[in-house]
Amino acid sequence: MAVPQKPKTRWHIAVFLAPAVLVYTAVMIYPLFNTLRLSLFSEVDQTRIWVGLQNFRTLFGDAIWSEQFWNALANNAWFFVIHMLVQNPIGIALAAILSSPRLRFSAFYRTAIFIPTILSFVIVGFAWKLILSPIWGIAPGMLDAIGLKFLYQPWLGKEEYALTTLSLVSVWQYVGIPMMLIYAALLSIPDEILEAAECDGITGISAFWKIKLPLILPSIGIISVLTFVANFNAFDLIYAAQGALAGPDFATDILGTFMYRTFFGFQLQLGDPHMGSAIASAMFGIILIGVCIYLFGIQRRLRNYQFYGQLNAQSSSDNSQHDRRTCDPGYIYGDRAVSGICHPDQQFQKPSRDLS
Amino acid sequence: MGLPNAETFSLIGYETVLRQGDFFLYFQNSMIVTVVSLTLILLFGAMAAFALAEYRFKGNTLMGLYLALGIMIPIRIGTVAILEMMVATGLVNTLTALILVYTAQGLPLAVFILSEFMKGVSDDLKNAGRIDGLSEYKIFFRLVLPLVRPAMATVAVFNMIPIWNDLWFPLILAPAEEVKTLTLGSQVFIGQFVTDWNAVLSALSMAILPVMVLYVIFSRQLIRGITSGAVK
Amino acid sequence: MKKSTLIGAMLATSVLAGAASAQDVTLTIESWRNDDLAIWLDEIIPAFEAANTGIKLNFTPSAPAEYNAVLNSKLDAGSAGDIITCRPFDASLALYEAGHLADISDLGGMANFSPVAKSGWSTDDASVQFCVPMASVIHGFIYNADAFEELGIEVPTTEAEFFAALDTIKEDGSYIPMAMGTNDQWEAATMGYNNIGPNYWKGEEGRLALLAGAQSLTVEGWVAPYRQLARRGAYLGDGYEAQTYPDSQNIFTLGRAAIYPTGSWEISGFNNLVDFEMGAFYPPVQNAGDTCYISDHTDIGIGMNAATANSEAAITFLNWVASSEFSTIFANALPGFFPLSNASVDLEDPLAQEFISWRDACESSIRSTYQILSRGTPNLENDTWNASVAVIKGDESPEDAGARLQEGLASWYAPQQ
Repeated sequence: MAVPQKPKTRWHIAVFLAPAVLVYTAVMIYPLFNTLRLSLFSEVDQTRIWVGLQNFRTLFGDAIWSEQFWNALANNAWFFVIHMLVQNPIGIALAAILSSPRLRFSAFYRTAIFIPTILSFVIVGFAWKLILSPIWGIAPGMLDAIGLKFLYQPWLGKEEYALTTLSLVSVWQYVGIPMMLIYAALLSIPDEILEAAECDGITGISAFWKIKLPLILPSIGIISVLTFVANFNAFDLIYAAQGALAGPDFATDILGTFMYRTFFGFQLQLGDPHMGSAIASAMFGIILIGVCIYLFGIQRRLRNYQFYGQLNAQSSSDNSQHDRRTCDPGYIYGDRAVSGICHPDQQFQKPSRDLS
Repeated sequence: MGLPNAETFSLIGYETVLRQGDFFLYFQNSMIVTVVSLTLILLFGAMAAFALAEYRFKGNTLMGLYLALGIMIPIRIGTVAILEMMVATGLVNTLTALILVYTAQGLPLAVFILSEFMKGVSDDLKNAGRIDGLSEYKIFFRLVLPLVRPAMATVAVFNMIPIWNDLWFPLILAPAEEVKTLTLGSQVFIGQFVTDWNAVLSALSMAILPVMVLYVIFSRQLIRGITSGAVK
Repeated sequence: MKKSTLIGAMLATSVLAGAASAQDVTLTIESWRNDDLAIWLDEIIPAFEAANTGIKLNFTPSAPAEYNAVLNSKLDAGSAGDIITCRPFDASLALYEAGHLADISDLGGMANFSPVAKSGWSTDDASVQFCVPMASVIHGFIYNADAFEELGIEVPTTEAEFFAALDTIKEDGSYIPMAMGTNDQWEAATMGYNNIGPNYWKGEEGRLALLAGAQSLTVEGWVAPYRQLARRGAYLGDGYEAQTYPDSQNIFTLGRAAIYPTGSWEISGFNNLVDFEMGAFYPPVQNAGDTCYISDHTDIGIGMNAATANSEAAITFLNWVASSEFSTIFANALPGFFPLSNASVDLEDPLAQEFISWRDACESSIRSTYQILSRGTPNLENDTWNASVAVIKGDESPEDAGARLQEGLASWYAPQQ
């Protein structure tokens, strides 16, 4: 039953939004756009002059810059692909296993899988460089022990393998995050649904594919877009492992390192905030496009489910009314019991807002 | 290189760290910055997420997109402008500067994730609250927040780690001795040509412990939230 | 002194000190030399503060990799320290031109430095000086003297002897001939190309010709060092592609390698780590009897933040740095960083003495890419790193590398076009 909107101004909306918007605008948006604005300027003899889109033309047109840019973009795309193909499926699988109620020591496994995420980049970069090092690393020794010594190469030093190696290290570090999100999503599926499915004879793996997976698709969607954004903003691990020059021969150069190197300079190369801002604007554009594709192309199609306590889940992207099997007469929250508002013959109304 | 054994065991890294610089001060600074930032991120983020998820108003989508912009841009490129702002307001070399920056950095993602989860809270529950005469604020704090505890714990965990491990902003905004964070204090051992890895790794190992503790607390919150709040 | 008198004296001093500290000026020093923190705290700062009551020093180094970025950000926003440690050449020139570094050409202590020393921190026409030269580093090779003795090798002075020595070590098999990796690209360029290079392009002669446009990077003198580097690949350890600079240091100090291409800064670190006898030799010349050239590179300078509120105290400090008192402390606390002042300094460390003796035996030169040539994009220094690694790995031929670098340089540097 919709509550009639009172005609007075809804101050509470402003109150809820204000603190976040204020801090965010003042400390994040304003400085960022101030800096992005720099991409429309250039510096000649210590004075800043307006050059319009010249910096972008240089970035995409001038061979010296564009080669580096497209190289960084291609590397970044590969970096993202590895994460999507390896990190997210493994995270989902781990979450599925861990959410199985009969698994013992699940808290221990969860913590163990999540520990790499807690580590600082300095440790991760150092530890993996050491493990994979041809001189002191245990990787050659371990491969040798299982007779696969010939497979070993100094991967971090070879152009063909360095990026994939670092992507896999990054996957190792961050697999805990999709795992946690999916785990939370899986745990919020009410038991009744699963029990009902068991009554229908669906258990185990098919329960996962047919019941759980569709219900957690929105979360998987969130993770995918977050992975996209995080990967295209990534910087720290490559920087910690290979330095700002992202060797060997720019094989591990991604947009983040390219932008950092240009903006802040590196060694003798002086920082160029104007070209750096141009690159940052380009990065922003790319990420924006990706997120928009997700929001308008994919999210629309995902069904969002609301769980009514112990009731079945009702798909809310369609307006049909469903029979409910049971109706809980009430909820307990805080210290009050409240009478429920559902009756077996009450018409469900369309939810108060579009959830798609 | 071999596996560690009794002969190679040595505490010299830890000795160096504890001798050089006031390690417990840095620890305290990191704790303050992290905990306060997380609190603000969760509070402001949940409030904004609730407003976006719950109410229809003109500019709702636009506001959502505006807040989501922050996810897409690395905050590092705004460094000089942020630093200028902090110098102008006299906040440079204070912990407040760091807290403000991290809050601003964490809000977009918090709002994004929390609003998704808040959309899943049943309308009936909120309407029941309204019928019973609860104000919107009470509905938010007493009904909705407990139900999104898993999401809040997740957001807390996501943000806690980059804040704790961050080197860049403490280096720029708060390099003074009194406000140094743990990560900044550890980097003094990374030299131009020789790095005292014993000390660096000891410092960073000690630095992990509080994060671990925070993580355990939050993950317990997460589980408790999931198993008790929503489902009776 | 009787105990009570002593206590009385101490109390009196502390009262006076308390009174004096009310007017104390504190100078904050920005630096990337995390390595030197202990030395500043234990030796340099006490020496200065003892001689200059009323000025306190606060030495606050930043992570070396971040230093340029952090310093520039702080200078732009006005939160940087009073004293700035200066990177040589363009990095600091840019700071001066942006108005962040003060003009200190009239500093009394400047008279103690030669024009070559000052060139690292002056404008192109040498009219303005903005940092006091503090230290330079010399390049060469450090070798494991015990290993050489064991294998019966004499210190090589020519190219041919050098590779013969490497061959001997390789055949013997118990040592890696040379400890060098390519993962940290600067190692290949700085301890590789710029180490032996001056012998081929004839030091300052060649460098200045390059600057004037009289020579190009495709000329034999500039390509030859790449040829030498390409030959070296066979003598590096297994998996050198992923060998980092600290790895190279460790391989040598653990006694697993016989020769280590180096900069003199390693001396103090290595002294603590090695358990064998070390020696050093300068880059072998092409033919016996040729003049030798060494890379004697002006590396660290120190200047004043133009926006400092404590300019008098800062000038006092800078004059002290230019004095022989500082040089002596610095040179002996950090053997391998050679003070640039004209005052003669007595070095205690034998290896450091060996390095500095080369200044007499050979012609000095600075690294080729540091003055002017790295101002544009593409940056010749970073390109040199890239090319050095490529030729060692065999991915690019020395001629191609030279041609590529020349193309990059010519694209923005007028005299080369």
